[in-house]
Amino acid sequence: MPESYPREHIEDLVDDNLEWNQLHDMMSDFKDADRFQKVRDILQERVEWDDPIILPYADHLYVVAKSEDRWVIKCDCGHEFCEHDENWKADALINVRDSEEEYLEIYPEDMHPHPDYMELREFFCPGCNTLLEVTNVMPGYPLIHEFEPDIETFYSDWISEPIPTPEDQSA
Amino acid sequence: MSSKHNEGESFPRMQREKEKVHQQQEEGDGIGWGGQTLREQFEDLERKTEETGHYAGFEKLDLKQDQPIQYEQMFAQLRGDLVTARETSKEVAATPIVEQEGELCYGLFTPEGDSIAVSTGIIVHIHTMSEAIKYMINHDYEESPGIEPGDIFVNNDTHVGDVHACDIMTIIPIFHDGEIVAWAGGVNHVIDTGAIGPGSMNVSQASRFGDGAYYTARKVGEDLKLYNSWKKDYPDKTRTPDFLKLDERTRMTGCLMIRSAVNDIIDEYGIEKFKQLSREAIEDGRRGFRSRIKKTMLPGTYRGASFVDALYEGQDNLTRAYANENHLMHAPSELHVREDGSFQVSFEGANKWGWHPYNCTPAAIQGGIWVMLTQTVIPNSNVNDGAYYSCDFHLPVGSWANTQNTETAHAYAWHFLVSAWAPLWQHLSRGYFSRGFWEEINAGNANTSNWLQGGGIDQFDKLHAVNSFESACEGVGARYVEDGEPHAAAIWNPEGDMGDAEVWEMTEPLPFLGRAVKPNTGGAGRRSGGAGFESMRTVKDVSRWLLYEMGNGYMTSDGGLFGGYPAASGYILNAQDTDLKERFENGEDYPQHDLDPESGEFESKIDGEITRRPEGISTPKEFDDYDMYLNYLRGGSGLGDPLERDPEDVLSDIHDGYVLPRHAKDAYAVVVEKVNDEAKHNSAVQGEWELDREATEQLREERMQDRAEKAQPVTEWYEEERERIRNEEDLIDDVKKTYESSIRMSKQFAEFYHEFWDLPEEFEFSLSEKAERSLENRFKTGLKMKWDNPTKGHETWLGVGRDDEPEVPYTWTADRTIQDLPTPDSSFDDMTTGKAMDDD
Repeated sequence: MPESYPREHIEDLVDDNLEWNQLHDMMSDFKDADRFQKVRDILQERVEWDDPIILPYADHLYVVAKSEDRWVIKCDCGHEFCEHDENWKADALINVRDSEEEYLEIYPEDMHPHPDYMELREFFCPGCNTLLEVTNVMPGYPLIHEFEPDIETFYSDWISEPIPTPEDQSA
Repeated sequence: MSSKHNEGESFPRMQREKEKVHQQQEEGDGIGWGGQTLREQFEDLERKTEETGHYAGFEKLDLKQDQPIQYEQMFAQLRGDLVTARETSKEVAATPIVEQEGELCYGLFTPEGDSIAVSTGIIVHIHTMSEAIKYMINHDYEESPGIEPGDIFVNNDTHVGDVHACDIMTIIPIFHDGEIVAWAGGVNHVIDTGAIGPGSMNVSQASRFGDGAYYTARKVGEDLKLYNSWKKDYPDKTRTPDFLKLDERTRMTGCLMIRSAVNDIIDEYGIEKFKQLSREAIEDGRRGFRSRIKKTMLPGTYRGASFVDALYEGQDNLTRAYANENHLMHAPSELHVREDGSFQVSFEGANKWGWHPYNCTPAAIQGGIWVMLTQTVIPNSNVNDGAYYSCDFHLPVGSWANTQNTETAHAYAWHFLVSAWAPLWQHLSRGYFSRGFWEEINAGNANTSNWLQGGGIDQFDKLHAVNSFESACEGVGARYVEDGEPHAAAIWNPEGDMGDAEVWEMTEPLPFLGRAVKPNTGGAGRRSGGAGFESMRTVKDVSRWLLYEMGNGYMTSDGGLFGGYPAASGYILNAQDTDLKERFENGEDYPQHDLDPESGEFESKIDGEITRRPEGISTPKEFDDYDMYLNYLRGGSGLGDPLERDPEDVLSDIHDGYVLPRHAKDAYAVVVEKVNDEAKHNSAVQGEWELDREATEQLREERMQDRAEKAQPVTEWYEEERERIRNEEDLIDDVKKTYESSIRMSKQFAEFYHEFWDLPEEFEFSLSEKAERSLENRFKTGLKMKWDNPTKGHETWLGVGRDDEPEVPYTWTADRTIQDLPTPDSSFDDMTTGKAMDDD
């Protein structure tokens, strides 16, 4: 049981270089206690900006520290969306698939939702046009704010570490 | 030797125990520990748990700490015995449902009904059997009909503790020295429940009275012998009595094996140690759940919403005229991961139950979460009701998720249940992503359909019903690190299997014409959702035969994650009055697949009355010899931007039958060219394609530009959308009825909806007269609760949704966040101290 994986192993996880049997072992094994810190540090090296990563938030998205008490959601392309506790989707680009024609680009006939009953909302990063989320909802549904991490509790109570700040980064 | 003598010798221990219990009863003692009644013992356990925050007041795990090896040995032995009971007893059954699919599960429970350990299989029933036992305790079964050594109880009443009536459970008490020390329980999915239509989960009924036979926690035997009154009762309440008789013997076999195993453990280690283990294992499970969450997730709030359709407008053979309407399920899903690692799960905002068989009870919803959690959070043997004590469920009374009305139908509760739990995968995955446990991320699951069901006079000229469990083998959601597993499992049975075609043909007069991977069923994404599959079936040697379909159609219930697309939704394809017989005789081509519904291939190979429509549900309809039926099993949802998928993988997808060539371009912006028409691959796909790398690169660049040009800022979209809602433009009655239902059910959802769209206070959707009548009819029906005496555990959902006190910390409104939440005090609040342990 590894208390901790070698950094290279976690780098391979982040860079999608692990074989299935290695991934399977990681699933079956005990969870390593320092995974968060290792992944966060590796991602920090991968991005092309200096704001310290507080959390990986979603694929391509991070919560980063702009100052000691201001955290924002940022794409790996550098685009900054909003404050960490706001819904980044409100600042995204959107395309709504709500017609038979648009559905047929993704699904065969009869195998897609009926446009009167369900639409697909595609949310893109305004900086790099990456598709960040697709939600399938009834027409007229409000935007869903999927994730509000309790960052303070996590850092102070769960991993007992100070929350990264730009000062730490430059130090 | 007389048979009586034989029986007496078979169970001497049981007879001795029974004598002891009778002796104690004469002295005024109950069957609980130390002479308490079982009810007193149960109330004492609830009180101690509530006061200390630890299961049964066990603040220390003395056995585990002082004798860890012995603790593990005892638990492993129990768990092993449960698995052995399942593996052995399933050979007794005759249905492929049990024997092939393993739709069977066993649990060992404390006297108070908390599960200590479970077998593999359909472990949704970890908690449903638990509720059934608690129901018996809380309704004074000790007084009447009595709980004694050798008694046999049966339950399939979902309002007592079950998912739906076709899961029949057998429960027996285990005694030692005059005290009840445990319960053994087993449950399996039966072929036919005697519903108004044939099959285990009929779809045409409006209420409970069409669901089939319900047996409410009933005593059906004593001295480990079934009463004649029971043996003469249930076989006539099903179309498949022989199968059900063997199912019952299966469950009895397993329960008796567990009883023997418990006796052996008591003999080896002593009764006090067994009692200690049973308490500590649950407290250990409670702590283990929290420590695993603290180790792998993030505290905070996770939200999602899922939907599924159940369209009944215009369906034939409905039992009531008022059931002739369309239903949409709305499941807002909110998970709070509290500071202590415990879960608070809320469905606040769920819409009203309906006159359809997809309603749920708390036992069903709570059972549903276990079978999920054991596949991700607690993927180990230490699964028991300890996890239940780490989760609070807020299930709005009167909603589809908790009808509290014994008139409602529940035959296929899973249709809503599976769909409603879809966002929970994503909640967990978002937490895993942030913590760096990327190997655990999963986009979701599949809508576990189609359900091929029906019945009539079969190939042996007998009344029969069928319930194909090919649906135990759907595609699963994409992982972050790999594509989703194709045709692999079903959420409700992690060990599911499609079953051998030949075995299905022995019990179903429905020969297979073909079976293949179904393209484009898995959602598109950087990692694609696992593909589903399809079987083309015909009908042979039947009379008065009915078949029907069940699954999603107009809505996809399984969303993608991080830019991946939802799984495909279902459709119906049948052919009746065909020329298949002539084609066989003439050696002509006939349809074996419907790989691409647009191709016209199916229609080109058969003459007859063809029904092809995009709905997922049909009520029972007549089929005759040589008619055809497509059984389409769904895929899982995708993960990540499809333009990030390796083009080589898309090429493999085409050859493996996962993606139709035209969607390589449309969905993935990958350019391929067909270079050969011959079959080259181990799939139903014919032809060879090659990748054009340069053209792909160029197309992907263009596609990124197209996105920027076509998409609009959300702020702009919001303004347009708000006007649309205010003016009720392009919103159909079914959708508006669903919103109104949720708004009337939930003050919190109403506030959220109005606030988000900035709607005038007096705003209401205008509904058709029919929709208005439907809502009024259901809202007026009120409650018909099953439990006279709810347990403490029920308090977490009993009060939800009341206007006077919204106990749910509903945070969907913009001005509230997790930071404003009160300390969780709704039930078993945090008393865990010290460092989180890894007990997984």
